[in-house]
Amino acid sequence: MRKFDLSRWFIPVFGGLAFVYLLVPIAYIFVFSFNDAGRTNLSWRGFTLSNWQNPCGAPQVCEAFVNSLQVGVIATVVATVLGTLLAFGLERYRFRFSGTANILVFLPLATPEVVLGASLLSQFLNLGVELGMTTTIISHIMFCMSFVVVTIRARIASLDPKLEEAAADLYASGPMTFWKVTFPLLVPGIVAAALLSFAMSFDDFIVANFNSGPFTTFPQFIYVAATRGIPAEANVIGSGMFLAAIALVLGAQLWRYWRGKRVSAVG
Amino acid sequence: MSARATDDADDAASAADAAGPAGSAGAVGTTTAGPAGKPGGNAQERSPEELREHRRRGRVGMMLVVPGLLFAVAFFAVPVFSLLAMSLYTRPEGAAIGVYEPGLEFGTYAEVLSLYWEAFLRSFGFALIATIAALLIGYPMAYLVAVRLRGKPLLQGLLLVLIIAPFFSSFILRTQSWRLILSDEGVVVGFLKAVAILPEDGRLTATAFAVVCGLTYNFLPFMTLPIYANLERMDLRLIEAGGDLYASPFETFRKVTLPLSMPGVLAGTLLTFIPASGDYVNAVLLGNNQNTTMIGQVIDSRFFRAVDYPQASALSFVLMFAILILVTLYVRRFGTKELV
Repeated sequence: MRKFDLSRWFIPVFGGLAFVYLLVPIAYIFVFSFNDAGRTNLSWRGFTLSNWQNPCGAPQVCEAFVNSLQVGVIATVVATVLGTLLAFGLERYRFRFSGTANILVFLPLATPEVVLGASLLSQFLNLGVELGMTTTIISHIMFCMSFVVVTIRARIASLDPKLEEAAADLYASGPMTFWKVTFPLLVPGIVAAALLSFAMSFDDFIVANFNSGPFTTFPQFIYVAATRGIPAEANVIGSGMFLAAIALVLGAQLWRYWRGKRVSAVG
Repeated sequence: MSARATDDADDAASAADAAGPAGSAGAVGTTTAGPAGKPGGNAQERSPEELREHRRRGRVGMMLVVPGLLFAVAFFAVPVFSLLAMSLYTRPEGAAIGVYEPGLEFGTYAEVLSLYWEAFLRSFGFALIATIAALLIGYPMAYLVAVRLRGKPLLQGLLLVLIIAPFFSSFILRTQSWRLILSDEGVVVGFLKAVAILPEDGRLTATAFAVVCGLTYNFLPFMTLPIYANLERMDLRLIEAGGDLYASPFETFRKVTLPLSMPGVLAGTLLTFIPASGDYVNAVLLGNNQNTTMIGQVIDSRFFRAVDYPQASALSFVLMFAILILVTLYVRRFGTKELV
């Protein structure tokens, strides 16, 4: 008879429980988005759809949400462009100062957010810059850029050099090889980096709290509201974003999966 | 995704090494060098044409990195020095609150260390426990997705999304949910009291336990993703080989899988420990005001409540410095051969 194999079951059971742990608070957010809560969403008072029908019902929720979307999109676009260029430059070229450049790009990742936020704030205070949306965006570009560089560099490093060599053997020029071979291979990595960058920006509280001044992002709104009760509309937005992120990524994956099947069926 | 930070730290180090000799070769010029990984041979043997091509590549490389580097210098490097300068500011006699002038007041450092050393130690302690807990939870998760589910791309994809998607439902909302879940009237406390693990007057919110739980939870994806990225590239035949050589599954894990995944573990632990030690949202929402104060909380309140910029700056600077030292020691000690 087969011996009971602990290791066979340990990973699925424990890993599965870990996923449950990860999702419990989100389930909580989702359930309480349907709460007929009134002002404070602390205890269950009955089911309603009205929060979902009117997510902007509570004052300032949507303003803060739109602020965060704007900051996230602008910071992501700039950080992705700057970061992709940096990743290429650092991975494929060498300079006298490339060691310093690498450290400069890496250090923000090794610095806690509270220090990133405080140091930028000290600079803005010293220069007398008025805090607001622009300073928030700048602070977000700064830390998102490092994440973009790390993500994309890893992709560039894992590219098979044979593909580019093959293109050169087939008399493709340098730029042509880049645009027809290298870049398309990196697109998934760039998209992943942009998604991560948006997530980091959208989820950031600490850096924004130091550098936003009177401007309020979505996490800041919730943080302030937490002392007197978060309106259920914020739960609607949180759950909505969670579902949208899943739908987006799964949609892209399904599309690639089906396309892959079709290609392999033809080939 | 967010993985491979340490791989890059290592790259940075090796790049610095590589930059030395290349730069001192001199004949090549200031900004030249071949594509990475293909050191272009001896400088003297190059024809003028090759040299021109290498200079052109150098210029292209410069153009790629200059915009990003300028941004990083202006909004990361200079601010760090600005923070350092501000930590040395002095307060003129009889000045209004929040008015300081440039100075060289090193006493602020001694002051903040004697006032807040406890919060420093606590932050590092909490972050350390949270990092270990996140490793114990995150590793099996990553292993499940990357190894056990290999060859099932759709299920893998779904679980991966579930690891990342919490970022989109706000960090503060998630922490607030934990507050409600662990609250005195909540199911968890009720259950623990019923099975007598928790005394009748015991509670979970406003305790150090709740803060560490919150930290573990919030930074779990930063632990799981780098380990996943590492395990995903691992050749499964190595595990089979371990079994073929009569190693028990546990032995195979200890001698093959774990050492091979060390770069991922290293990246994950750093990406968890560093933000966790500076975090203050968990301490504010899940802790109390007596024995769970973390250093981020102190920095925030020195900055905004007390408007004591020098103290807040000095605290931030000490935190940054302490973390850099801890990280360096850690990477030296636990980095695998190719990492250090």
